[in-house]
Amino acid sequence: MIPLSIPLRQALGKLLLPLMIVLACLMIALGQADRPLAEHARMRVSDVLAPAYRLTRVPGVRARAILAELSTMGRMAQENARLRADNAEMRRWYQVAVTLANENEQLKASLHWIPDAVPTFVSGLAVRDAGGLYARAILLMVGGHNGAAIGDVAFDGNGLVGRVTEVGERSARVLLITDSSSRIPVQLASSHAEAIMAGDNTDHPRVIFYPQDNRPIEGERVLTGDRIDHVPAGLPIGTIHYPRPGQPVVQPLADLSRLGVVRLFDYGLSSVGSPQAPGRVARPPLPQPGLPPLLGRG
Amino acid sequence: MAIDQRGSDLHPGISPRMTPILWLDMAFRRSLPGLFTLVAVIVLSAPLGVPGQAEILFGVTLGSVFFWSVMRPAAMPALAVFAIGLLMDLLGFLPLGLVVLVLLLAHAIAITARFSLSQMNFLALWAIFALIALGGSALEWALISAFSLRLMAPGPALFQAGLAMGLYPLLSVLFVWTNRTIVSPVQT
Repeated sequence: MIPLSIPLRQALGKLLLPLMIVLACLMIALGQADRPLAEHARMRVSDVLAPAYRLTRVPGVRARAILAELSTMGRMAQENARLRADNAEMRRWYQVAVTLANENEQLKASLHWIPDAVPTFVSGLAVRDAGGLYARAILLMVGGHNGAAIGDVAFDGNGLVGRVTEVGERSARVLLITDSSSRIPVQLASSHAEAIMAGDNTDHPRVIFYPQDNRPIEGERVLTGDRIDHVPAGLPIGTIHYPRPGQPVVQPLADLSRLGVVRLFDYGLSSVGSPQAPGRVARPPLPQPGLPPLLGRG
Repeated sequence: MAIDQRGSDLHPGISPRMTPILWLDMAFRRSLPGLFTLVAVIVLSAPLGVPGQAEILFGVTLGSVFFWSVMRPAAMPALAVFAIGLLMDLLGFLPLGLVVLVLLLAHAIAITARFSLSQMNFLALWAIFALIALGGSALEWALISAFSLRLMAPGPALFQAGLAMGLYPLLSVLFVWTNRTIVSPVQT
């Protein structure tokens, strides 16, 4: 330690606080000017802390399971009766599903249907609520090592959760569909309208930009639209609900407040583009260093 | 150790010899508030499924920084405040440095007005804290609105400020007890 005189040390001590406030302001400015740098720093911290969060998760899950068991203990008989009824119903639906799957296969065979590419996916545990004031996001315990990539679509068992916005080595951050910066094109199953689902930091994202002559119907299913990169159309999101007349919101199928295992799908649709129009004047190719120039495209 | 620490401080001028163990003991007692707050930041950002968790976290850290800055600034130096804010910023999703700024401003207010603040009764101190919580949340709201170029709804910021005010008495009870028993036991 450098020996300092007492007045100097006191003066330095007094300067420290203003200096730090200036530093904080600089940090805000830097974070705004260079967002990738800030996000990179965040993902580094998340990567370091991810194993610790896995540990904090275990007792929570255990406690929740015990509580759930205790709460159902009292009405075991009722629960059994309900489950038996559910089971019978399920069996009936299973037969329907098998029949429909067979029929679907036959129809596809007679149409010479080219099957869709099977999406690859990785599953991860939601370890942390990475939101805050005016933000809704979660941190997953999968990262670049496991094949997660920016733009992947996140699902829980029931429906759409959000999109991956940042990927670290061992963790990935998913922006939830309820975040106020989330805008997702959707299609409505019954009224066949297209709309935008806009998050507003509440549990129920709003539906905006729907056609005024074809309003969303209470209870109809909301599916992903066909205008999103990386995401195929027709994936389940939720159902329409009107808490107030004239203000449709989406009730997400995914349980966003208690996310457990989340799957990240990579549909690999980014390369789908429009076909080249024959007869159009070919543009000269952009010069690319290291590659021989291509001539006469299109 | 031949001389008990509690007894020795009652006689000014006589202090125990600085053994490594005593030094460690004192360092731990002094850094307990900062450590407690850091652990609270990490635990409260885990997915506990508690409603309003992010707002509770803000209330706990702001309350902790304010209380210790007023009651025992040696246990909550500016560097610790900066570290707590930075961790919260890195774990959260807000513009980087925002929480650091809010916590440092609260710390600065508490430090500069410390002599009048520490003589106030609890209710007056609570009112001052309520103003600081309101001001801090308003600053967050204003800066987030400015950076995202649209007016955010003031509801969440008000909720956060209200929750911080409501949490402060509970934190205060815990901290007064901690202060008496662990952080500075000789003053009682």
